[in-house]
Amino acid sequence: DCPGTGSTQAGRAAACQGCPNQRLCAAGATAPDPAEAAELRERLRGVKHTVLVLSGKGGVGKSTFSALLAHGLAADETKQVALLDIDICGPSIPKMMGLEGEQVHQSGSGWSPVYVEENLGVMSAGFLLSSPDDAVIWRGPKKNGLIKQFLRDVDWGEIDYLIVDTPPGTSDEHLSIVQYLSAVHIDGAVIITTPQEISLQDVRKEINFCHKVKLPIIGVVENMSGFICPKCKNESQIFPPTTGGAEKMCQNFNISLLGKVPLDPQIGKSCDRGQSFLSEAPESPATLSYRNIIQRIQEYCDQHRFQEEKII
Amino acid sequence: ASLFLSERSNLAGVRHILLVLSGKGGVGKSTISTQLALALRHSGKKVGILDVDLCGPSIPRMLRAQDSDVHQCDSGWVPVFVDQEKSISLMSIGFLLEKPDDAVVWRGPKKNALIKQFVADVAWGDLDFLIVDTPPGTSDEHISTMEALRPYKPLGAVLVTTPQAVSVGDVRRELTFCRKTGTQVLGIVENMSGFVCPHCSECTNIFSVGGGEELAKHTGVPFLGCVPLDPQLSQSLEEGRDFIQEFPKSSAFSALAHIAQEILVRASQQSC
Repeated sequence: DCPGTGSTQAGRAAACQGCPNQRLCAAGATAPDPAEAAELRERLRGVKHTVLVLSGKGGVGKSTFSALLAHGLAADETKQVALLDIDICGPSIPKMMGLEGEQVHQSGSGWSPVYVEENLGVMSAGFLLSSPDDAVIWRGPKKNGLIKQFLRDVDWGEIDYLIVDTPPGTSDEHLSIVQYLSAVHIDGAVIITTPQEISLQDVRKEINFCHKVKLPIIGVVENMSGFICPKCKNESQIFPPTTGGAEKMCQNFNISLLGKVPLDPQIGKSCDRGQSFLSEAPESPATLSYRNIIQRIQEYCDQHRFQEEKII
Repeated sequence: ASLFLSERSNLAGVRHILLVLSGKGGVGKSTISTQLALALRHSGKKVGILDVDLCGPSIPRMLRAQDSDVHQCDSGWVPVFVDQEKSISLMSIGFLLEKPDDAVVWRGPKKNALIKQFVADVAWGDLDFLIVDTPPGTSDEHISTMEALRPYKPLGAVLVTTPQAVSVGDVRRELTFCRKTGTQVLGIVENMSGFVCPHCSECTNIFSVGGGEELAKHTGVPFLGCVPLDPQLSQSLEEGRDFIQEFPKSSAFSALAHIAQEILVRASQQSC
């Protein structure tokens, strides 16, 4: 029924009568600004590939995966990687990248990303907070404003891969990032889930969100997929795939399952210490899984560019 | 007489309101909300659950109510009863969706409008406890819920975290949110605190250990206890079963029962 908050009919369609949002939509408050779009396009001109990391569900490992994807891609020193954290209320990326306490610096050309390595830059709301107790208690419009600033005012430079870590859900942050990045080409979304139905039921919504906003899906990662006891080596399904896990869901939606990653206590430890799990536990089955997944994402992005070049 | 009826708030018959919060997603807010409701029900209490997670409503499935519909009455929406005895009632956006996989892609203002309705327009009747389950963060849902509930003087908030620093980091911010909104913090729960292998009984701290307890100590907030990872609990949630009734010997049971007991104590203190 709802024509969509971004549509030209927003607030004006018959279905809008009685909707509490009607006045806001009709006032055009949510319509994209063409001048803004042009400005963003210019600023992000040097970005070759953009990958969004999404999930309908919280706590499944989006930030963990985003951080490891960034490390994995930046292992190739010839590539320039940027990690943008748009989880404004719960910014986990600074801690995971070992950048807690860092602040954003301004220069003539805008905000500088905080660099972990020479070829790996990070931006997060976390860098704008002066104390770990500071809460960002903002409603949607203000969050959208900051996301726009992250894209417009940060001096990203030439980037091979822009990875965007998101909060859980299908709300302001997600609508905004898709809207603002429409100025740039988004290669696609990587969707993270855990095996149980409680997660999948939220993740299906996220998949539908992607379809709704025409965002291609690179594939799904099933995280926390089984646990092998370090003592007796028996496997336990702590988050049981009672409805077939990500595998079944991917079949139903006809999307790729990029891989399954088992639980490993070292992952949480590395994240807490701001170190790359891939470097700290190179032999872990989880590391193997992550590396395979990262490679598949890289291949997907390369294929895309190849297709684009063919068209040109 | 009719004027009196229309002015009598739908929350007038609710004795205690408590919120379940976390800055962090996926730590077990909905799990703790449902298990608390079940435990309180087993103590003879009438409990309502208000699920204000509009994008990811988990409560209906956890109580096997995902196929239910809501109906309207004169005072608003009739909440869904999850049991024959009508001791647990529930309101969630999950019941308003045409298809369960439909995404609720709403910006803040629209979410705020629905939350106000959820707080004011659900005909809860008489309840001992109304548990409000929230999504992660400190944004529209939280601000609107607190604003709408403030006149009814909630008992307070239970904050859920997992042991690791990344979670605790977000929960610190939620504590700030509570302070700024004048919300009493009933205590912190450290969830997913250790996993005991069902085969060999070895305990592995998959998500680290101790962060929640440390945070409670550091901030002077009561510590309500550690709840371990328990595959029987996860399975119960998947199937919408009553874990408290069916698995009293399972590893998470005593911790959950303890949390419910603490809540009962605090509630009886408020009543005095």
